[in-house]
Amino acid sequence: MGSGRLYAAVAAGGFRRYATYRAATAAGVFTNTVFGLILVYTYLALWDAKPQLGGYDQAQAVTYVWLGQALLAALAIGGGGFEDELMERIRTGDIAVDLYRPADLQLWWLAADLGRALFQVLGRGLVPFAFGAVFFPVALPREASAWAAFLVAVLLAAMVSFGLRYLVALSAFWLMDGTGVTQMAWLAGFFCSGMLLPLNVFPGALGEVVRALPWSSMLQAPADVLLGEADPLGTFVFQAGWALVLLAVGRLVQSAATRRVVVQGG
Amino acid sequence: MDNDRAEPGGAGGFIELDGVEKVFEVRRRTGFLKRERRRVRAVDGLSFTVARGEMVGYIGPNGAGKSTTIKMLTGILTPSGGRLRVAGIDPARERTRLAHRIGVVFGQRTTLWWDLPLIDSYRLMHRMYRIPDARYRENLDRCVELLQLEALLDVPVRQLSLGQRMRGDIAAALLHDPDVLYLDEPTIGLDVVSKAKVRGFLRELNAERGTTVLLTTHDLQDIEQLCSRVMVIDHGRLMYDGPLAGLHEAGESERTLVVDLERELPPIEAPEPARVVRVEGPRQWLAFPASASAAGLVAGIAARYPLVDLSVREPDIEAVIAKIYAERASA
Amino acid sequence: MVDAADAAEVTAGRVERGGRVAEGLRAYRLIVAMWIRSTMAYRTSFVLTTLGNFATTALDFVAILLMFSRVDALGGYALGEVAFLYGLTSVSFGLADLAIGSMDRLGRRVRDGTLDTLLVRPAPVLAQVAADRFGLRRLGRVTQGALVLGYALATVDIDWTPAKLLLMPVMLVSGAGIFGAVFVAAAAFQFVAQDASEVSNAFTYGGTTLLQYPPTVFARELVRGVTFVVPLAFVNWLPASHVLERPYPLDLPAWVAFAPPAVAVACCALAGLAWRAGLRSYRSTGS
Repeated sequence: MGSGRLYAAVAAGGFRRYATYRAATAAGVFTNTVFGLILVYTYLALWDAKPQLGGYDQAQAVTYVWLGQALLAALAIGGGGFEDELMERIRTGDIAVDLYRPADLQLWWLAADLGRALFQVLGRGLVPFAFGAVFFPVALPREASAWAAFLVAVLLAAMVSFGLRYLVALSAFWLMDGTGVTQMAWLAGFFCSGMLLPLNVFPGALGEVVRALPWSSMLQAPADVLLGEADPLGTFVFQAGWALVLLAVGRLVQSAATRRVVVQGG
Repeated sequence: MDNDRAEPGGAGGFIELDGVEKVFEVRRRTGFLKRERRRVRAVDGLSFTVARGEMVGYIGPNGAGKSTTIKMLTGILTPSGGRLRVAGIDPARERTRLAHRIGVVFGQRTTLWWDLPLIDSYRLMHRMYRIPDARYRENLDRCVELLQLEALLDVPVRQLSLGQRMRGDIAAALLHDPDVLYLDEPTIGLDVVSKAKVRGFLRELNAERGTTVLLTTHDLQDIEQLCSRVMVIDHGRLMYDGPLAGLHEAGESERTLVVDLERELPPIEAPEPARVVRVEGPRQWLAFPASASAAGLVAGIAARYPLVDLSVREPDIEAVIAKIYAERASA
Repeated sequence: MVDAADAAEVTAGRVERGGRVAEGLRAYRLIVAMWIRSTMAYRTSFVLTTLGNFATTALDFVAILLMFSRVDALGGYALGEVAFLYGLTSVSFGLADLAIGSMDRLGRRVRDGTLDTLLVRPAPVLAQVAADRFGLRRLGRVTQGALVLGYALATVDIDWTPAKLLLMPVMLVSGAGIFGAVFVAAAAFQFVAQDASEVSNAFTYGGTTLLQYPPTVFARELVRGVTFVVPLAFVNWLPASHVLERPYPLDLPAWVAFAPPAVAVACCALAGLAWRAGLRSYRSTGS
């Protein structure tokens, strides 16, 4: 019970921490809106040339663009979550202090990152999405149940995103310079999450493969749930499965890393 | 750059401030969208002069206007009013010309190149300031010798200790023969040995080169060992300008001698003007005026009591300033 | 003695304008050399980040290739023509990014106070900030853009004339100038709003993303905006219309294809003024 309260407090701290950067949030909203604007026209041209591409109609494609801009920061698809800080703590050795904290390292950062994600959805996601919905033809469900399912899918997406970035961050225990790994993670995230282009537009076998990878849980899955293109329950199972696998692997890596710290004496 | 040029400042000092003001407009959030504008006088009609070759301590509590003054003297900030000259130059108008005449060391912000050997930072200074080769060699050799940098020149800066880095930074600020050296907290965070090295070097620099030094510090010992003159600033105004001894008088500040005896004893009968202010087991605290010598006191006690250990605690600047205020309030 | 000094000062004042540019370039060169040496202290990291930079920018082109795996034309432009636009803007933007791309860190320098350490140096602050954190890894972007441009030149059947040949290098350099001005103006804005570095991304990265696609794709108002307000259209859309012999966006007259150098100079002048205003405001407010 007590520990539940602890993690809730950590999550609230994560939320508040990002909420203090008002100017940065406003700047991010602006940038997301501009990128959404650019992408939406290229998508419109694409669906003009090929209606029903990937099973989406034009309104669904437009919705997909604004959804991507709304979730980009929250799901940290382009990085920018907790991982930079954790890597810095590992490199400087401050991590030793964290390990003695009476809290679980992974849960601690997960709570903080979910708090951050919640703020990013509200602070950075809503405005670009509303802008898109007002000025472009979008396809949004009317039933509350579809929206509820979408929110569950976004929560699971945030867990998968965390699981991936936690592994990236822990690599700092073994690698002196984390830039290469972060960059690879960024590339994979952008390409395989559907941020670059909806995964159902990818041709043939490439499409099959990327849709089976964990990254597809991040943008493609919630989008398909919202657009009514995927069965919510099946999607949840897929996302939750990846989340569990990633978190479990993260836990294994963490214990290996912890042993290392103990052996080296911090 | 040439030290024997006639002073363009004329009859006044080398650094001259006349009614200098700096007003900031601070916007504060008072509600979700409401904002309140407030004008803050960070520096409020400051006037003083510093002669060439003086070594001056510039002290005051945080937020008193110290760093704002230094920023105006170095040309970083433009004053809102008043007249300001350094070596005859108006810093705000001729920032780059002034840069050749001044050296600045920011205590906690190194200007050295983190990933490169120390010597590389000096080579950059050599070229950026267009220091003649012979001059550069000579100055570098001197700094290397006096600051004991020889073994550090080929070490990447990130591997240097805080004290080594500070010495490195001081050398970097002096390669172009500045007439004035501004030091912002030059001994902060340094160990005793490093502090001594830095202070010794600054004394020598001032004595031999006649470099004018203005330093801000929280460490009263810096001032004690280096500066013949102290200026205290608070709320943007000069509270005190004179020798350190005078400051002690004005503030009646006291140092504390902490004595560890072999066993618990009744309060020490200390020679005047020291007196015991606290006893805790075998440890006793004695207060004595900052102007009095600690050596005599220690000798007197050692002759009559079984000493295990002792240390002298300096009054800190905040305490001294607080006393000046108390003094004025009661006067 | 004093008279001589005064006379020297007057002369110094006269040559100041031109002298300051030379002084700035010199300081820029010196600091860039230091950053390159710093980078070379970690060679492996340099190679990896350069490859990463290459791959990251290539991703945009992969998106275009994916699109063209499903369609034959986008906004009436074939793959080779889109690659032409893409290559032009990527090289231009890449050059500007390579030269002064770290200027978006200005807000951070203002916040942590390290900008002050630049203000006590005998060199223009703009040059010092422009050279700050110079990253040779950004050659990755230039290389990637050049490769795509090469591919475009090989596939598109261009009816070359002397004017078109001349326009190619002029376009690339002017484009770099226009993007450079955007970088400087965005940095100047950070004097006012230190946390808003992301706004500059909208114009820099957003700008080059926009220009990778044909103007025919976008709404007329948007094209108007990037022609008359933030004149990014002069980087590639307008001159490329001449080279590809395509109708000009917004029915603009044909000579605008040759306007990029003038536009670049004007943009740089305006950005310079914005920078001066920003720096002046910093020096009077200290924040």
